[in-house]
Amino acid sequence: MADVEVAERSPLTTEDQPHKPASRTPERALQLLFLVPAVAYLLLFFGYPVVKNILMGFQHYTTSTFYTGEAPWVGLANYSAVIGSAVFSKALVNTALFTIGSIAGQFVIGLALAVFFRRKFPLSGVLRSLLLLPWLIPLIVSGTVWRWILDQDNGALNRFLGAAHLADRPGWLTSTSLALIAVIIVNIWIGIPFNATILYGGLQDIPEELYEAAEMDGATGWRAFRHVTWPLLRPVVGVVLVLGVVYTIKVLDIILGLTGGGPANATQTIATQSYHLSFQQYDFGQGAALGNILIIISLVFAVLYLRANRKAVDE
Amino acid sequence: MRMPRWAYTIVGVLILAVLLFPLYWMVNVSLQPGGSAVGTPWLPIHPSFHGYSTALSQQGRNLVTSLIVALGSVVFSLLVATPAAYALAHFKVRGANLVLFGILISQMVPGIVVANALYSAYNDLGLLNSIPGLILADSTAGIPFAILIVRAFMGNIPQSVVEAARVDGAGPVRAFRSIVLPMSRNALITAGLFTFLFTWGDFLFALTLTTTENVRPVTLGLFQYIGAYVNDWSSVMATAVLACIPAVILLLVAQKYVAAGTTGGAVK
Repeated sequence: MADVEVAERSPLTTEDQPHKPASRTPERALQLLFLVPAVAYLLLFFGYPVVKNILMGFQHYTTSTFYTGEAPWVGLANYSAVIGSAVFSKALVNTALFTIGSIAGQFVIGLALAVFFRRKFPLSGVLRSLLLLPWLIPLIVSGTVWRWILDQDNGALNRFLGAAHLADRPGWLTSTSLALIAVIIVNIWIGIPFNATILYGGLQDIPEELYEAAEMDGATGWRAFRHVTWPLLRPVVGVVLVLGVVYTIKVLDIILGLTGGGPANATQTIATQSYHLSFQQYDFGQGAALGNILIIISLVFAVLYLRANRKAVDE
Repeated sequence: MRMPRWAYTIVGVLILAVLLFPLYWMVNVSLQPGGSAVGTPWLPIHPSFHGYSTALSQQGRNLVTSLIVALGSVVFSLLVATPAAYALAHFKVRGANLVLFGILISQMVPGIVVANALYSAYNDLGLLNSIPGLILADSTAGIPFAILIVRAFMGNIPQSVVEAARVDGAGPVRAFRSIVLPMSRNALITAGLFTFLFTWGDFLFALTLTTTENVRPVTLGLFQYIGAYVNDWSSVMATAVLACIPAVILLLVAQKYVAAGTTGGAVK
């Protein structure tokens, strides 16, 4: 945002043509035209859906609405139905566990990999780009592949665990106590490349001299990490964590691909439940109400995000 | 006590081997004959391409649909995003900060909320089950990303370069087309590549905004494979492999753009 403010204060354009004030208005109009398509798109594909969802949240909006065009106003009935249902508290807890578990795992492993790759060694560049693959392939592909790996009877994981006598065919995706853990593990796998890459970028910006100075003071390894790496990496850490939360909280593809929210809602989150209400039970009003609750949760983090963002820009 | 450099290479290869095992497994299963569900060998000792021929005959059309939607979204996103990125980087337009703020906020809007509202709007407009409908919806990922990444790049183009062209008599549109756009080539490629990947990988809009087989992206085709009881995992995994091709090509031929896109995504 900084350069926009500079541009606003820059007197260049006005000084350039002080003798031709008449040309300023068309020029200004032309400049606005550059923005019109993007602003129109953002309003239609983000602004409209949000407003429409807020309205739908107060309406009895079902498939019959598409034929009759009627969506009676029902006040807060959708919200009380959604919040009152047994699935809601389950989904809320699952969303929290899924988000916290995913972020913690992605971040810790991503940071460890970033620190590992800080040192240049043969093939390090190739390995770092290969690391990106899980992040670049379609999410539903990851879901499909993991679904087969985690299969109870024929999955690669259980065959390995069985051969090593570590466990006897746990039902990763079919047991109500394991499914959420399995889904979190898969989501961690997907998020590692992003975390590792951004944190690696942050590490590159820490001057080597600081480590040399720390080494002369006797700080190497863990102590160098604690006293040099961590404090200097903090702004990047903030951005990575809040971005992670904002994106993880609305994850849908992975859960639908792995478990569809089951078994017995064991992996149902606010996002997947909103999908179920709208597109499987065709109660778009209730789906919208739940979606709005998700937006409010996201907004809380949006504030954190903007704060972290501003901090990163300042530094 | 420091490890020698080659020891790092060995550790690095081991880490990658563990992390990329699922992708190896995908390729391995895709090459197994007979789609055997029970006791898949750990290596494709007798590779068979029957999975791929089934995948291509059943999902070939869906792959083409995905390709068209992704290319369409790249063109549309760049057309919409590039002028805006330039305006935000170089013009002193009132409300520029508001637009940027809107873009940041748009990242908090869950896809399911957009899909929920678009479904009824598309139903009224006849855009369900249509390629243009998917292109428009899928660009929700590409356009904000492209604006941010291209704007960041254009901000580094000195104002004086544009001014010089203006003094020579070029209007703002010509200065943009013949000076700014060619200079921003790398940022445009990065934005285009990532828009392609976002759209190619889209699942939510494919799932909610299409209901028939006429327009069905491969992500949805894959999902419907696993929705039913699967008895031919080779074909499923062959489809998965085919759906990974764009990402692999990108890593092989456009590495520097990928790196730019990944870091750009966070600094936005």
